[in-house]
Amino acid sequence: MTRRSETLLALAGAVLVLGLAYAVPWLRFVLTIALAKGLAVLGILLLLRAGQVSFGHALYLALAAYTVAFGAVVVPEALLLLPAAAFLAGVVGLLIGLFVVRYREIFFGMLNLALSMVFYSVLEKFYSLTHGADGIRLPPVTFLGRPLAGEAGEWTVLGMALVLALACGALVRVALASPLGEALAGIKTRETRLDFMGVSPKRVLLAAYVASAVMAGFAGAIIALTTRHVTPALSYWTTSGELVFIAILGGAGSVIGPFLGAAAYELTRVYAAATFANAWQMVLGLVLLGVIVFAPGGIWGMIASRRRAA
Amino acid sequence: MAWLSENGILVGLALLDGLSYAAAVFMVAVGLNLVFGVLRVLNVAHGSLYAIGGYAAASIGLFAASLGAPPWLGLPILLAAAVLVGALLGPVIERLLLRRMQDREPVLQLLVTFALFMILEDLQKLVWGVQPVVFDAPLKWLGTVDVPFGTDVIPFTAYQLYVLPGVALATLAILAYVLRYTLTGRMVVAVTVDREAARAMGIDAAKVTMLTFTVGAALAALGGALAAPTVSLVPGVGASTIVLSFAVVATAGLGQIEGAAVAALLIGLGRSFAVYVAPEFEVVVPYAIMVAVLLFRPQGLFGVAETRRI
Amino acid sequence: MTALLSARGLRLAFGGLKAADGIDLDVEAGEFLAIIGPNGAGKTTFINMTTGYLKPQGGSIAFEGRPILGLSPRRIVGLGVARSFQLPQLFTEHTVLQNVALAVAAREGVWSVLSPLLRPRFRDEAAELISRFGLSRIAEVRADALNEGARKLVDIAMAVALRPRLLLMDEPTSGVAAAEKMAIVETLVRVLREARVTAVFVEHDMEVVGRFADRVAVWGQGRIAALGPPSQILNDPEVQRTVIGIAPVGGAHAAA
Repeated sequence: MTRRSETLLALAGAVLVLGLAYAVPWLRFVLTIALAKGLAVLGILLLLRAGQVSFGHALYLALAAYTVAFGAVVVPEALLLLPAAAFLAGVVGLLIGLFVVRYREIFFGMLNLALSMVFYSVLEKFYSLTHGADGIRLPPVTFLGRPLAGEAGEWTVLGMALVLALACGALVRVALASPLGEALAGIKTRETRLDFMGVSPKRVLLAAYVASAVMAGFAGAIIALTTRHVTPALSYWTTSGELVFIAILGGAGSVIGPFLGAAAYELTRVYAAATFANAWQMVLGLVLLGVIVFAPGGIWGMIASRRRAA
Repeated sequence: MAWLSENGILVGLALLDGLSYAAAVFMVAVGLNLVFGVLRVLNVAHGSLYAIGGYAAASIGLFAASLGAPPWLGLPILLAAAVLVGALLGPVIERLLLRRMQDREPVLQLLVTFALFMILEDLQKLVWGVQPVVFDAPLKWLGTVDVPFGTDVIPFTAYQLYVLPGVALATLAILAYVLRYTLTGRMVVAVTVDREAARAMGIDAAKVTMLTFTVGAALAALGGALAAPTVSLVPGVGASTIVLSFAVVATAGLGQIEGAAVAALLIGLGRSFAVYVAPEFEVVVPYAIMVAVLLFRPQGLFGVAETRRI
Repeated sequence: MTALLSARGLRLAFGGLKAADGIDLDVEAGEFLAIIGPNGAGKTTFINMTTGYLKPQGGSIAFEGRPILGLSPRRIVGLGVARSFQLPQLFTEHTVLQNVALAVAAREGVWSVLSPLLRPRFRDEAAELISRFGLSRIAEVRADALNEGARKLVDIAMAVALRPRLLLMDEPTSGVAAAEKMAIVETLVRVLREARVTAVFVEHDMEVVGRFADRVAVWGQGRIAALGPPSQILNDPEVQRTVIGIAPVGGAHAAA
């Protein structure tokens, strides 16, 4: 797929999101969450490019969400909270990254999982600070000094999510084709060769890891601003698994995949929860099985192959 | 020393608790490790088999009790339930799902088990509901034992003191014996070490895989069944069990049977001491142990370091 | 003049097997040094020690007078020592052009995110190198679809793209079809001479050795059994008996 057609598709998608959010008001919430998760999955995509799966990126999601919740008490400005949360996620991503990029495959996945579970327990157990499993409600937040509330507030958060999605998507698209991005893909196929070319695979992976943490941070902040309520469940390992799920569902072949996957995931979840109250997870599991067995390229793979055939 | 004499009972209780807890964790982790060795995929749904084993044991036990069965029958029922779950679910999952995924990307294999996890989690809710299920007849029937500890005497349930560690030790001994000295066991080891070479020697790798997966599933179910009398079963028990088993397996080293026992003991004792000393950190301790171990031994306590071939 | 590469008393044993048992060797700038010897004599081990993949248990190695023992492969590459592999180490999901361009980028610094790997400068240099190796026809083919001979050449091209001053090649012609072999080696030597690269290569084909090596080192059980110009070494009866006896038939004659 050419760069131009992907750009056009992304812009068409953005218009479609705005149109749907206008036509079907309750979709605003769902689409904002989907865009946010798509952002986090974009980071998962970077790591998948290196053949690595993190089962712990919910850590950065939750870290940023709680940063917004706590930070809003001090500085209730969304335009400051958002970058601050992503920045903190990036710093923690750098610290944890220095440790986990030394490991590969199962160990990489498990270490990420373990650290996110540590964070989960901290959020859950330090009740006096975090209110445990009940979570925290966000205090009122402003956007450029005006209250971020009501319908206008919803549109504003959706707009921020959309801008971030387009910007990060474009950046990741460019970065994946850059020397660093191709070296990242080289980690998957022949890591030792990188060393013998004078390139440190660990540092390459670390760069991708920090970028993935920052994008998960943006995602977490948007989720906090949308749901207005943060709970430790955000950092539970199943949330991390969900991100990997969305990556495969959307397809790892394009930066549009994560957003297609996230939209499909959230919509399926909403409908499944409405139709089978106690079995929505089962429905999602079956969808995932179906995708892996019949469409391993994900939704993007189906679109791309159809375009190629046409 | 003064602290020890004052808190002697606590130390003793933590030791006893830790032992029985480690026993249950070992049963799950060793099955997970066995299955990983042969299939090269960490089965995320392994924890669900633990939960289903527990629920099945409780259901059958409660049903038998309602028919007026004598309380001693509870023990064989636990065992029978585990065998039943393993024999019913193991071959089906292996045959219908995992075998088809053998040649696919590792990420997809992992996600298939994640999908299975989602399906089984909801299946539990549909079958057993969301209310806690309690079946403590075997625990009550065996009564308590006074364990001398220094100058103190600690009353502890005979079930947790003898049955849990006893079954775990027996499992360890049987597994070690079978893998080392029987033809079937040697075949499992051969497939674990090098699937292709094993095939070339005429070993039916598919059959060995099916058998191993079934045994692994039964061990998980047995872990759940054995733990059932000591806990109340609630939704989510599978999700928390699997992450704990991951920690044990990563700490032990992949494919290590005896290592899993040592790691389970380490993590079991660590966690139960945390319960008495610093309950906030109860959930953190297993992961902290895992991270600490991997920091110094990246391949786990007993894992063999693989050098990348050039 | 000091040697470009200077190894002294290298020792390394794997269990009971002595892969290096006191290796002393000087490689002079500009020369082509062939290493021959039976399998298991420690030829690859020498390359692995020189490039930082294996750490000897004793001895020293200096490159341009600077000790490199204990440095990581990455650092050693940075100093100007590159290598190719007996089993080609390619990025299998990338095309030949991308593989070589990635090596060019690695040399120039891989830390640019905003412009593509195949930017004109990298693409042109990679394409030019590929054409010098006679591989232009397969530049857009994915590395996992190549035959062994082509993979071997791409592997060497990637090492050359790093612009090393010393290139160590582990069996550059094994797996290359006999009919193409001489032409490929001609090309390789021409490319290396043009780039003024000093080369050390492990080789089993005595015809190749006789034609292109300036000096030949004979490895035997972790030691250098003989060292000298090809005319002398390849006609040595002892060498003929122990090494060339197992080499492809006719090699030594064709060389003479």
